[in-house]
Amino acid sequence: MDAINARRFGSRRFPALGAGLGRVLLPRLLQAGLVAWLVGTLTFVLTRTLPGDMAYRIAAGRYGHDMVDGAAAEAVRTELALDQPALLAYLSWLGDLLRLDLGRSLVSGAPVIEELGHLLGHSLGLAAVALLLSLLLGPPLGLAAGLRPGGALDRVSEAVASLLRALPPFALGLLLILLFSVSLGWLPAAGHGRSAHFVLPALTLALALAAVSSRVARHAMVEVSGSAYYAFSRTKGLGERLSFLRHGLRNVALPIVAYLGVQFVTLIEGVVVVETLFAWPGIGHALVHAIVARDLPMIQGTALLMGLLFVALNTGVDLFCHGLDPRRRQP
Amino acid sequence: MPSPRRLLAGLALATTLISPPLLAESRPLAVVAPWEITGSDPATSGYIFGRMGIAETLVEVDAEGRLTPGLASDWVVDGAGLSWRFELRDGVVFHDGTPLTAEAAADSLRHAWAKPGMLDSAPITAIEVDGDAVVISLEAPFAPLPALLTHSTTQILAPAAYADGGRVEAMIATGPYRLTELAPPQRLSAERFADYWDAAPAIEAVSYLAVGRGETRALMAESGDADIVFTLDPASRGRLARDEGLALHAEPLPRTIVLKVNAGHPFLAEEAARRALSQAIDRRGIAAGLLRDPEAAAPELFPASLGPWHLGLDGEAGGDPTSARASLEALGWQANDRGVLERDGTPFRLTLTTFADRPELPLVATALQDQWRELGIDLEVAVSNASAIPSGHRDGSLELGLAARNYGLVPDPLGTVLEDFGGDPAQPGGDWGAMHWSDAEVSAWLDTLRQDADPELGEELAGRVAARLNRAMPVIPVAWYQQTAAVNAELEGFSIDPLERSYRLEALTWTQ
Repeated sequence: MDAINARRFGSRRFPALGAGLGRVLLPRLLQAGLVAWLVGTLTFVLTRTLPGDMAYRIAAGRYGHDMVDGAAAEAVRTELALDQPALLAYLSWLGDLLRLDLGRSLVSGAPVIEELGHLLGHSLGLAAVALLLSLLLGPPLGLAAGLRPGGALDRVSEAVASLLRALPPFALGLLLILLFSVSLGWLPAAGHGRSAHFVLPALTLALALAAVSSRVARHAMVEVSGSAYYAFSRTKGLGERLSFLRHGLRNVALPIVAYLGVQFVTLIEGVVVVETLFAWPGIGHALVHAIVARDLPMIQGTALLMGLLFVALNTGVDLFCHGLDPRRRQP
Repeated sequence: MPSPRRLLAGLALATTLISPPLLAESRPLAVVAPWEITGSDPATSGYIFGRMGIAETLVEVDAEGRLTPGLASDWVVDGAGLSWRFELRDGVVFHDGTPLTAEAAADSLRHAWAKPGMLDSAPITAIEVDGDAVVISLEAPFAPLPALLTHSTTQILAPAAYADGGRVEAMIATGPYRLTELAPPQRLSAERFADYWDAAPAIEAVSYLAVGRGETRALMAESGDADIVFTLDPASRGRLARDEGLALHAEPLPRTIVLKVNAGHPFLAEEAARRALSQAIDRRGIAAGLLRDPEAAAPELFPASLGPWHLGLDGEAGGDPTSARASLEALGWQANDRGVLERDGTPFRLTLTTFADRPELPLVATALQDQWRELGIDLEVAVSNASAIPSGHRDGSLELGLAARNYGLVPDPLGTVLEDFGGDPAQPGGDWGAMHWSDAEVSAWLDTLRQDADPELGEELAGRVAARLNRAMPVIPVAWYQQTAAVNAELEGFSIDPLERSYRLEALTWTQ
């Protein structure tokens, strides 16, 4: 890799890929620990302070609203020791967390870690397909638009992007179902299990993501193509294609990749809505249900996972930028 | 470059060539409903396994709501009413191939008894095996016991279904459909069980998908992704009705929106006052305007599906603030200069507690607030948590509570009625029923109903209890829930079970 870099970018050697990696990873590791503790503590405090009797909520989550009465609530309270002091419950949770034990769901009785594993697979699958789709749609369109700023493509793509970004994912999803399932009958409206089920929820998420990434790519392209080094590459006789590949692509990629980090928030947020709309059994869906049922271990586990996922994804973005941008590897 | 239309035509042709033509019998049936699957345990998700024809109970219910033999072929009670003997049906096998034995049935019932569920309400002392029968011993006579054994929490599972401590590991039951895939919280699939003891269903494979959003469910019915969709949101119903490929069904459920009244409160202690409040409610208006179904108006507590408990009152009645005001005036209430009723200088001001878990309840509460304002009652609506009503019942602070109560958990509502209106004479009523209200005659009738299994007497007493409750209004009925379904027009034999025990899949056939 270094040899290739050296050949392509001139004679000066770039710092090795591993250089300065510790500076990226160490703070992130600390951050992960802090996020785990903060998220867990916050969910604990918030769930405890939610109005209403937890025992009734959990009983309703387990046995259904029609079966809830004082006796069922008392049975739940005794079984789960809900009347123990909050501090004691908190400390025992913290102890379990240190032993990497997330406990059992209060509703289903299954270990939280097992449930999360199952749910996370579904969510990550959906998010990955959505991200891939958005990368195929957004940046190429943005680059094409950025090469001719103010052109027809640029203006049309800006209008479409604004419209898509303004539509809440819920409405966008409904429109897609109406178009592709009800009117055209090409795709299943909701559900999961077959690959065709991926298309509509992933597209709903991807369109919102692509709307933003196409604009970011467009602005980056405009900036790069207007820069002195880009102009120089043309002056020294490189064709449009070669200039773009050698001097444009890597520079344009940086803001797009860096912006991905921000987009993950949209993705994680969107997953909650989209999963509910498309009956997708993922982690966002589970979080909503766990909160309704006051399933504390499940809320903590889900929120923890989402928090850590966010840190992990951002670390991934950092590492990718670290690889792309040799300046970051300078000692 | 072929035109898009030709490309599409080619694609369509290709898919028809690739996929083999489906025979009517092997065409799978997709059911979509809002209820999520919690796990394999009948205590939590048994109702879904029961509805899908996967698991069965000792006692079943026919279309008229009468008890019929299920996995038990016959049952008798001894003279004292303390020992019930359920003979098991011969030749029943579980989905894992093991035979149904009395030990297995008794084990399942003991597991169910240990968890919160229907068996709680019966004074059971032991569940034992005697030959080919399960014997249930009671502390006191309890006539509705067979009705309790129709409830999904008492489903009979194979011994291999249970892990240590009674946790259900796998759903291995006896129904016409055998579970092939369970993916909680949303999906399950099942296929026809070849060794089923009764007639085999016509449709070979069925699936269930839990879809929380009403809009999505309606769209799935329209797009043909689902063959049967339960619980349609009012906004989509009109659109679905115009779809020629769908048939719409509706059926009132024995779940009633009720106003729980604190009869110990000085304003609400008189029977005439409670009746006046009831008289002022425009049930038709609430049913048509908020629940989008005028048939949902509930002039009485129990709908027609509960047989002898149903009085057959006129749904048009009510919504008469003038006579209601006259009744209140007779009790000494006079309107003050702000139009609020007053008695001895105290204004008629009450707080109505409700909760948002059922989204229609706060809406109905505000409608009541508005309708009673015309009467001169200053009603404050407190939208709280579902637990606020039972806890307000216990500490006596509740004035009025608006909730939904299911009287049809089992075909005989007696268990629920006992819980709500019977019980300890010193502390009558229940969390979701009467509060500070008791009636010696109602208690005596309920006692007889509990002890005596004579059906004719039972029907007469049920009618008497219902009539007295309707006159004394310890709880005021407002509306009944409706179950609605959109069904593929190519399906034949569909009907809604008002007790929601079964989707009646075994009665369905594809017409093409």
